Amino acid sequence: MQSSTADTAQNTLATASHTEAGHHGDHPDHRIFGLYMFLFAEAMIFLGLFAAYLTFRSVAQVWPPQGTPELELLLPTVNTVILVSSSFVMNRGNKAIRNNDVKGLRLWFAITAAMGLVFLFGQGYEYFTNEFGLTDNLFTSTFYVLTGFHGLHVTFGLGLILVVLGRSLKAGRYTSESHFGPEAAELYWHFVDIVWIVLFAILYLF
Amino acid sequence: MKLPTSITTLIAGILVTLISLWYGQNHGWMPEAASREAPLVDNLFNVMMTIATALFLLIQGALIISIIKFRQKPGDNTDGPPQEGDIGLEIVWTAIPVVIVMVLSIYSFEVYNEMGGLDPAASKDPGPQKTAVVPGTAMAATLPGQEKLALGVGVPPNLQGNNAIVNVDVLGLQYAWIFTYPDSGVVSGELHVPTGQNVKLNIVAQDVIHAVWIPQFRLKQDAIPGRDTQLRFKPEVAGTYPLICAELCGAYHGAMRTQVIVHTPEEYDEWLQSQIAAKEQGDGLTIAQIMADNDNRLARHTQDWNISPEAIAALQEMPHSLDSHHLQHL
Amino acid sequence: MTSTSVEPKTSPPEPERHWKDFFGFSTDHKVIGIQYFVTSFFFYLVAGLMATSIRLELATPEPDFLGAENYNGVLTLHGTMMIFLWIVPTGAAFANYLIPLMIGAKDMAFPVLNGIAFWLVPPGGVLLLTSLVINQPPVAGWTSYPPLSLVSGEVGEMMWILSILLFGTSSILGGINFVTTIFKMRVKEMSLYDMPLFCWSMLATSLLILVSTPVLAGALILLSFDLIAGTAFFNPTGGGDPIVYQHMFWFYSHPAVYIMILPVFGLISDILPVHARKPIFGYKAIAYSSIAIAFLGNIVWAHHMFTSGTPGWLRVFFMAATMVIAVPTGIKVFSWVATVWGGKLRLNSAMLFAMGFVSMFLVGGLSGVMVASVPFDIHVHDTYFIVAHFHYVLFGGSVFGIFAGIYHWFPKMVGRMMNETWGKVHFVLTFIGFNLAFFPMHILGLQGMPRRVVQYDPSLTTLNQVCTVGSLILAVSTLPFLVNAAWSWFKGPVAGANPWNALTLEWQTSSPPIIENFEEEPVLWSGPYDYGVDRERDDEQSVSELLAEVKAQM
Ligand code: HEA
Ligand code: HEA
Ligand code: CUA
Ligand SMILES: [Cu+2]
Repeated sequence: MQSSTADTAQNTLATASHTEAGHHGDHPDHRIFGLYMFLFAEAMIFLGLFAAYLTFRSVAQVWPPQGTPELELLLPTVNTVILVSSSFVMNRGNKAIRNNDVKGLRLWFAITAAMGLVFLFGQGYEYFTNEFGLTDNLFTSTFYVLTGFHGLHVTFGLGLILVVLGRSLKAGRYTSESHFGPEAAELYWHFVDIVWIVLFAILYLF
Repeated sequence: MKLPTSITTLIAGILVTLISLWYGQNHGWMPEAASREAPLVDNLFNVMMTIATALFLLIQGALIISIIKFRQKPGDNTDGPPQEGDIGLEIVWTAIPVVIVMVLSIYSFEVYNEMGGLDPAASKDPGPQKTAVVPGTAMAATLPGQEKLALGVGVPPNLQGNNAIVNVDVLGLQYAWIFTYPDSGVVSGELHVPTGQNVKLNIVAQDVIHAVWIPQFRLKQDAIPGRDTQLRFKPEVAGTYPLICAELCGAYHGAMRTQVIVHTPEEYDEWLQSQIAAKEQGDGLTIAQIMADNDNRLARHTQDWNISPEAIAALQEMPHSLDSHHLQHL
Repeated sequence: MTSTSVEPKTSPPEPERHWKDFFGFSTDHKVIGIQYFVTSFFFYLVAGLMATSIRLELATPEPDFLGAENYNGVLTLHGTMMIFLWIVPTGAAFANYLIPLMIGAKDMAFPVLNGIAFWLVPPGGVLLLTSLVINQPPVAGWTSYPPLSLVSGEVGEMMWILSILLFGTSSILGGINFVTTIFKMRVKEMSLYDMPLFCWSMLATSLLILVSTPVLAGALILLSFDLIAGTAFFNPTGGGDPIVYQHMFWFYSHPAVYIMILPVFGLISDILPVHARKPIFGYKAIAYSSIAIAFLGNIVWAHHMFTSGTPGWLRVFFMAATMVIAVPTGIKVFSWVATVWGGKLRLNSAMLFAMGFVSMFLVGGLSGVMVASVPFDIHVHDTYFIVAHFHYVLFGGSVFGIFAGIYHWFPKMVGRMMNETWGKVHFVLTFIGFNLAFFPMHILGLQGMPRRVVQYDPSLTTLNQVCTVGSLILAVSTLPFLVNAAWSWFKGPVAGANPWNALTLEWQTSSPPIIENFEEEPVLWSGPYDYGVDRERDDEQSVSELLAEVKAQM
């Protein structure tokens, strides 16, 4: 840094005025970047809960504790398939809006919402028909808290989809240029989906 | 007299070294060392004190010299030299801490091993056991010749295979310690141990987490409800020392302390015999008595401390019927 | 303090700052920064008052002042508030105020989110204070270990959990904002290596926040289920495991100590060069060591559990990992000393506190490495040795650094200088009081005084009384600061844009900065620490002259 400061100042000044032109409007949109970080933090909560669950399980002598009724597998598997495929459905919605096809966006998002709803109903049905309660033992407690916390996220994701659907009714709200809403909703939905896959694997399968 | 910089640095270095070496041995901050383990810890601490003193003198010295020597001269508004770094120097002050830290880690590891911390029976966590906490029974179930897994400080490598001579079951509960001698069934509110023999404390907690701490032995281990823990040690110096609960366990955590009485082996035998005799005659201490004593002690304190009668009532209601309390969860 | 700044040319009418902005929901990072400062300082006084009553209680071995029934509540709130309502939010205060200015941005990346993050803090604080007012404070210590926390008062414990969840959320939202701002909003010419080191340290801090805070939230969710829904995750009587809580808690709370110190490391790295008039020594080493500390900070948590349910091999692993942190931290300490060495030190209040920081933090760091050693920690865990350690790093570290930062940036924030004489009185009283209050605690702990007790062995009375006297001096030392700050806010000499002749961007705009920070996009005409480059010229003038020159050519 021994070179004359004034020189560097002039150089940097030159570059500054060059780049000015490429910069239009207000400041660029960083929301997706921020959303990724938010999802990272969310993932850490789930990771913490999963780690707790796995620890309980690995130090226990019998798991699930004696007297825990068998988990029904059929319904959750169907549910899993529905939730996972809904991610692909939703992706088509975003592809549509990238081609300025608002109708397509609405269609695919509506289907996704319906699938999400089915998932939630399935989950609710499971809660009602399960033969065990929240406080029966360590397994049942973790089962309800983990699936419940995930269910909360599904509900929130569903809310996002509905908001996007509502807004898409306004002409020109989403275009191929500007579609943060659908994009964010999709990212969130994928996240909820991935969490479910892990959850399903460690709670039901193994 | 103006000395060349290299000579002043050398003299300063020698001085720092000498002071640190001296102070590391002579700080006098540790209480009496009364167990086989204590001197091991003290030597480690002295080494750490030596290093810390040297680093302290070095860095504070540099700061103080800067304040004196490099303060702005009146009227001088110019900047200092534009020095932005020095790779050599930076490598040195990265390497030295690396070495210190490695030495300290290895030395600590050695000491810990020699204390028995890495005894396989004491360094594996069998997890929560969900066994009933019944003083004198659950823990006495240890088969002869076979050590049960329990976390904590165990047998040093050179004593592996030797079983403890004195076994004591320690139960922590709000706000008292109860010591049961499983071999004789003697129950006590204080810990009595003989010098020169291997002692093993089997530690459990009934309600919340407590911790056994005997400062003169430099030993501590939490008493965790639902888990077994242990401390093994060899008392060396006869005397009476405090045994302190070191984990916050409620309003009277500070009052949860008792004594360790280290006897000579003969005295210890005498004490044990007298306890056994008292027990046989039916006037030995029982757990209920110890708890009642303890409540009286707390109540006495609470009166001194102007504490509401409700608080005392709440204390008295605490589950003292040890046998029924935890069994319900089996 | 001659301050010749380029007077702003009159341009289209700027929106004016109104005092009411400071009392409502604002999206301006500078307003939010000040809101954070004032709020957290208020809670510092409250928590300090609690500390003072703790010390008064401990002036005698008998529980005669607060009493056994109240002591743990006060203790828990003291620890909780000092951490979650003073040090952590003050870090956010500096980050909010300084990051956009330092990188030449108009505001944070997500201003609304920023406002929300701030407004989560006061309700949490009010919740904690309410628990005290209704005489149901949480009493299980700031660590809130079950089963104790499950059996000692549901209301207070639930209020504690809720407030921590609020603070945690606030912290996470802040972290997202800081990272995005630092990565995306720098003026175009500024590479990561042209950033002031404070930005590097906030980057590291934010990453730590994003990794660790959510796990605490997870632990607290489970804890509250245990507390009110009757589950038994952490309750051994229902088959649960209290040790799992300890792991989850420390997975956050160890990194939390670096969340509390890293921002201050950044402040110090920015203050020392200015007043020593020398470039920071080893820029890259300091920048990378922040990242290294953030990384290592995530894998050492079980050193708080050496006497708990931790298997031997884990104790040894965490011991080694913990000790390694001395290396990157040492790099910082040595670099700071080398920065000061050979400079031309302006020994004003900011500089005194900054150097006080280095020397006091050192003591806390050295005792930290000692307690990292398993066999030694078995003796001192949960004793006053630990209390001494963490007050040296938290008060001697974080608080000293924060005061240095306040003295340094006060002129920027309010446009007026603070009084130097009172600043020095503040420093001397704090320094003496602090060492008297906390140094003897090392010896107390070694000699056999456990922490969190309301009564103690009478043989330890003398040392305890020394601590109490020290804490009273500390309490008094706050007064000169408060008076100085209040007086200077309205009556202090006007500061001008760049009273310290500093080179980072925040000094290139007026004091206090205008609403969108800079008249026009600022020009990066020098590195953040290029002091001493043109020593032969009259330095007082050179910075502003250069600036004028640069502007004239535009
Ligand atoms: C700002 C907060 C802060 C900071 C920065 C630190 C820094 C460190 N802490 Fe501390 N710590 C706390 C806050 C903090 N701590 C708190 C609040 C607790 C108690 C929690 C509770 O129980 O309530 C605690 C408790 C605590 C424990 C648990 C003790 C116990 O409960 O038994 C341990 C154990 O390892 C520890 C270690 C360390 C280490 C190794 C560092 C290191 O980062 C320090 C590194 C710095 C240096 C070493 C100095 C500079 C380096 C050099 C000059 C290089 C040369 C030096 C050497 C080679 C030694 N701390
Ligand atoms: C940043 C963190 C921080 C800071 C700054 C402090 C500051 C102080 N602390 Fe604290 N302390 C903790 C964090 C901190 N502490 C933590 C985490 C614990 C552990 C808690 C636990 O175990 O759970 C703890 C525990 C703790 C203990 C141990 C108690 C025990 O284990 O039983 C003690 C004992 O002396 C103590 C003392 C002090 C003192 C004297 C100060 C002094 O520095 C305070 C100085 C006082 C002031 C600055 C206030 C002065 C102002 C006034 C008197 C006027 C008030 C006016 C109005 C309110 C309008 N603290
Ligand atoms: Cu038992 Cu503290
Ligand atoms: Cu830690």
